[in-house]
Amino acid sequence: MSATVAERVTTPRKTETRPRSRYLLWTVIAAVLIVALTYVLPPFRNYQLATVGAYLCVTAGLTVLTGLNGQLSLGHGALMATGAYTVAMVQEQLSGRGQWTLLVSVIAAILVTTVAGGIVGLAAARLRGPYLAGLTLAVAVVVPAITSTFDKTFNSDQGLSVYVDPPPLALGATFPYERWQAWLSWAGALLTMLVLATLVRGRFGRSLRAVRDDEAAARIAGVSVARTQVLAFVVSAACAGLGGALFAVLAQSVSPGAFPLSLSLFLVMAIVIGGLGSLAGAVWGAVLLVALPALTHSVTDSINVSPAVAQRLEGNLPLALFGITLVVVMLAAPGGIASLKPTYRRRKA
Amino acid sequence: MDRFVFLTFDGLSRGAVYAAFALALVLIWRATRIVNFAQGAMAVSTAYVGYSVSTATGSYWLGFVVAVVAGLLLGAVTERVVMRFVDHSSPLNGVVVALGLVLVIQGVLGMIYGNEFRPAGAPFSRDAFTVGGVALLSRFDLFVFAAVFVVVALLAVLFTKTAVGLRMRASAFAPDVSRLLGVNVGGMLTLGWALAAAVGSLAGLLVIPTELGLHPNAMDIVFVSSFTAAVVGGLDSAFGAVAGGLIVGLLLSYTSGYLGATVAPIAVLVLLVVVLLGRPGGLFSRSAARAV
Repeated sequence: MSATVAERVTTPRKTETRPRSRYLLWTVIAAVLIVALTYVLPPFRNYQLATVGAYLCVTAGLTVLTGLNGQLSLGHGALMATGAYTVAMVQEQLSGRGQWTLLVSVIAAILVTTVAGGIVGLAAARLRGPYLAGLTLAVAVVVPAITSTFDKTFNSDQGLSVYVDPPPLALGATFPYERWQAWLSWAGALLTMLVLATLVRGRFGRSLRAVRDDEAAARIAGVSVARTQVLAFVVSAACAGLGGALFAVLAQSVSPGAFPLSLSLFLVMAIVIGGLGSLAGAVWGAVLLVALPALTHSVTDSINVSPAVAQRLEGNLPLALFGITLVVVMLAAPGGIASLKPTYRRRKA
Repeated sequence: MDRFVFLTFDGLSRGAVYAAFALALVLIWRATRIVNFAQGAMAVSTAYVGYSVSTATGSYWLGFVVAVVAGLLLGAVTERVVMRFVDHSSPLNGVVVALGLVLVIQGVLGMIYGNEFRPAGAPFSRDAFTVGGVALLSRFDLFVFAAVFVVVALLAVLFTKTAVGLRMRASAFAPDVSRLLGVNVGGMLTLGWALAAAVGSLAGLLVIPTELGLHPNAMDIVFVSSFTAAVVGGLDSAFGAVAGGLIVGLLLSYTSGYLGATVAPIAVLVLLVVVLLGRPGGLFSRSAARAV
């Protein structure tokens, strides 16, 4: 134990020596690869790729909050819904005025979610462990209630449709819609990754990890614990808002049914299995969220079962598989969640 | 006024169920410092077992007993197979494992029974008696009160009057010392989980007929309400859980009675925020010394 601590002190982390411009380079390379990929893939795969991008915004933000700062949020589904509904309403107001309106709507979605995240974050910064999980769980559960209480604005369970312009004509009249969706969503995802990677590398990232590992020590070292925790929540909420906004744009509709409690649990599962310590884990998590349901779908399609049974397996088999994976990873491979543990064993109070 | 009286009785009846469910949360929290986020899903799964037995045999009571026994077994198995191996160095680990269990249970229930609502039988009429023109309580409400009262009384006797209860309290309070004194601490933990899950099953059987019906997600909101009840009471105190349950029940009854049913979950969220920010230790906690 003491050897590893000494190692960590004396040898600088690899990421700390990496120049910031490297992230920009990686982002450009990733963007080129994604664009090339969208020309190769058939439309449905492009739509799935777009969904991965939307999920990535959320899982990356959640990784910063839970993985690096140690705050567990079960309410990110609700924050996504906040972003999605904002996009729907702003697009409704601005409909038919051109492509630029989408950018305005998405920025509005991020701003509104940031405010919402700030409010939850202020409460969250005073709470620990199960208390925080319970509060954010309540936030996640309350979404349908809010949409039906203010049904004039949110239209209850039916939800709202999202007006989205067709791809710009400059790209050609026959430009596939799914490819355009993939571009939009990955523009958001890559921007999120670039911003988060840059943030996490610097002073903010060190504060996050210091607060996660030992609050008392962080406080003594001059880190404002509450401010760091609220800031982590705000950053992560902004990412969730962007992800939710992209979801609404992809589906062209938004309803409470699209943001059930299980979505929030899925997000936690994705980042835990992806590996909590790093943003790369968020990528794996986002891929898994799209791939696993698709995989079980093709499996139930290939085995010969009656339509009724297939319908039952459809949504529920991935649910059970996700759950089993989550339990097994947490119990058997604590290395995958090593970042959750404090570096120093805290004395029992 | 009539309406107020009716809503008060209705709230107390709902609150009794939340109290029982919160009590189950408190039992596990006191013993292991884990909030069992899977408790709602576990209760639903035993309610499905009871439902299957009832429909197969035609006897509600046989299904009822089987469901509670299934709760005992499920709780013991969950502790032995899963929760025992959770790494306690971070409080998040227990929460995440429990959430994994929620996904497993809801997925499996959905695969077996499908995701549609099923009518859940109530053993007694849910039509309220009227006294002098004022609707008060139904037979089912009286059954709920009686069942919760019996459970609370039995738990009180178990923990204060019996040797097993003493060992359980000792294991929760000072596991290392208890082990040195020859108490089977692991066994006590298993017993605690089994008891808590059985109480949770009972609460599920009492609440599901009054909500929409049997569904894999039937207890999601009930869990949040009961968690709020337990937090109001301070998570550590059995008395607090019962009081918290009644407070939450009354709050839900008044808000849905006067402001509309959809406002009720929002009211629970507001109560939870207010309590957590005002007195995170719960309304019934004594002030503790500074932690750091």
